[in-house]
Amino acid sequence: MSDKLLVIGEVRDNDIRNVSFEAIAAARQINADAEIVGVLLSDNDLANAGEEFIAYGADSVITVTHDNLKNYTSEGYGQAVLEIIDELSPNGIVMGHTSIGKDLTPKIASRLSAGLISDVVDIENDGGETVYIRPIYSGKAFEKKAFEDDFTFVTIRPNNIPALEKDASRSGDVTAKDVDIKDLRTIVKEVVRKASEGVDLSEADVIVAGGRGVKSAEGFKPLYELADVLGGAVGASRGACDADYCDYALQIGQTGKVVTPDLYIAVGISGAIQHLAGMSNSKVIVAINKDPESNIFNVADYGIVGDLFEVIPLLIEEIKKVKA
Amino acid sequence: MNIYVLLKKTFDTEEKIAVQGGRIEDDGAEFIINPYDEYAIEEAIVQRDTHGGEITVVTIGDEDSEKQLRTALAMGADKAVLINTEEDLEEGDQFTTAKILEAYFKDKDADLILAGNVAIDEASGQVGPRLAELIGIPYVTTITSLSIDGADVSIEKDVEGDVEVIETSLPLLVTCQQGLNDPRYPSLPGIMKAKKKPLEELEIDDLDLDEDDVEAKTKTIDIYLPPEKEAGKVLEGEIEEQVRELVSLLKNDKKVL
Repeated sequence: MSDKLLVIGEVRDNDIRNVSFEAIAAARQINADAEIVGVLLSDNDLANAGEEFIAYGADSVITVTHDNLKNYTSEGYGQAVLEIIDELSPNGIVMGHTSIGKDLTPKIASRLSAGLISDVVDIENDGGETVYIRPIYSGKAFEKKAFEDDFTFVTIRPNNIPALEKDASRSGDVTAKDVDIKDLRTIVKEVVRKASEGVDLSEADVIVAGGRGVKSAEGFKPLYELADVLGGAVGASRGACDADYCDYALQIGQTGKVVTPDLYIAVGISGAIQHLAGMSNSKVIVAINKDPESNIFNVADYGIVGDLFEVIPLLIEEIKKVKA
Repeated sequence: MNIYVLLKKTFDTEEKIAVQGGRIEDDGAEFIINPYDEYAIEEAIVQRDTHGGEITVVTIGDEDSEKQLRTALAMGADKAVLINTEEDLEEGDQFTTAKILEAYFKDKDADLILAGNVAIDEASGQVGPRLAELIGIPYVTTITSLSIDGADVSIEKDVEGDVEVIETSLPLLVTCQQGLNDPRYPSLPGIMKAKKKPLEELEIDDLDLDEDDVEAKTKTIDIYLPPEKEAGKVLEGEIEEQVRELVSLLKNDKKVL
């Protein structure tokens, strides 16, 4: 019997999050021969989502639909996932290192008496052993980890391990499973949406982030315009959030979101270590700041020393030209 | 109310990190209370002052961990426990830590356990939820508000910027997120009092555990610093020229446009 790896997907507003497709690619990297079984949970019908999971590389999918899975709770999701684990006895589990992934996986690992390597950004083969790379000390160092036994359990940081090419011709079984989800001790009464609609920060390819140098909520407008032209999202430093220029939902850093876009444009951000922890692994970093001594220039690939209110409009024009 | 806080000492994030032989070089480094654990200590004090009860701060560490425990006592915690594993354990992981804490909490009858949502060094965020699962109580992570009324608990939880309003009940474990409160500094009288507050030291033998029970499930093979990034290029010339050059570099060299 072949090995089985479980990939727990996340469905949000009926769409599967991109990091869940990346988790399938990670599972494939961990074991090229394993059967990859996707797991999707929701209070809605998941037949279409299941097919999409297969198109992105899952071999089969198990779905659980239950009213108590409308909002994530560790107990509700835990009951569903543990019952599937009981039935399939997989050799490992992969999930995104998201709010839900961080909350759910330690519970499952604890129940299984298993190790868990979280926030993985790369997977390597080291002389026959699969090793997992994760940032530590706020991204100032990296650690290579492996499992002591043969059960694999990892969460992967969004935007680091590329998803497989979508292949709509792939086929596989999507099976709806009945699980009775009951006796929840924690109940989500209400979800107050603050994160902006549109592009998800942790999964965005391009991020334009503003700091204290943006000076006001009004000052963020050109940043939104620039993000729009680039098809990206707007983020912020803690300083900008503390000063009320924007909502904490946009905060990037040690607290807030950790992001790894292809292009990160830091505007009026000084580059405190706590901010760098959230973005220093971005592929290309551009800094725009009035102060040439700003720490942000030490991590930037390209820097422009100048007034952002002068630079951004010019940048928008120039990008429009090359994109036209 | 029987309140516990899980504390970890960490490197000061402002410290420069050096690596020696695949290990973080920590000789002479400045250690602090993990900043997220400070929110946990502060919240414990606020809840005790509202509802009465006693706060015990628990850490797993070595002899030097007494310093961070005394700081927590100076802030206002009542008792401290140091589970000293220096002599018994070479390597541990989150499984190890949670198993040791499970043994400690076996006979404790905790109403509320608070921890930081993540430690800024290894950043796994696992120990809180693992422990809750082992001792069979519910948990809520990354909380930004906590109010307790009898056994009923109402919580606001940060979910990637959105806020979830959650209802649950004691006993409970929570992990604390920035925004929950502003941790106080220890006062001078607080520091004086802290010296006389009880600090119990335990080893894993005292918890009826031996090394095999807590053997790590994962191992660290290597620790290394990221490759030194080539110094960035600060563009020069008129602003218009700089912008044109930047866009060209992003499009043609880096291919990100």
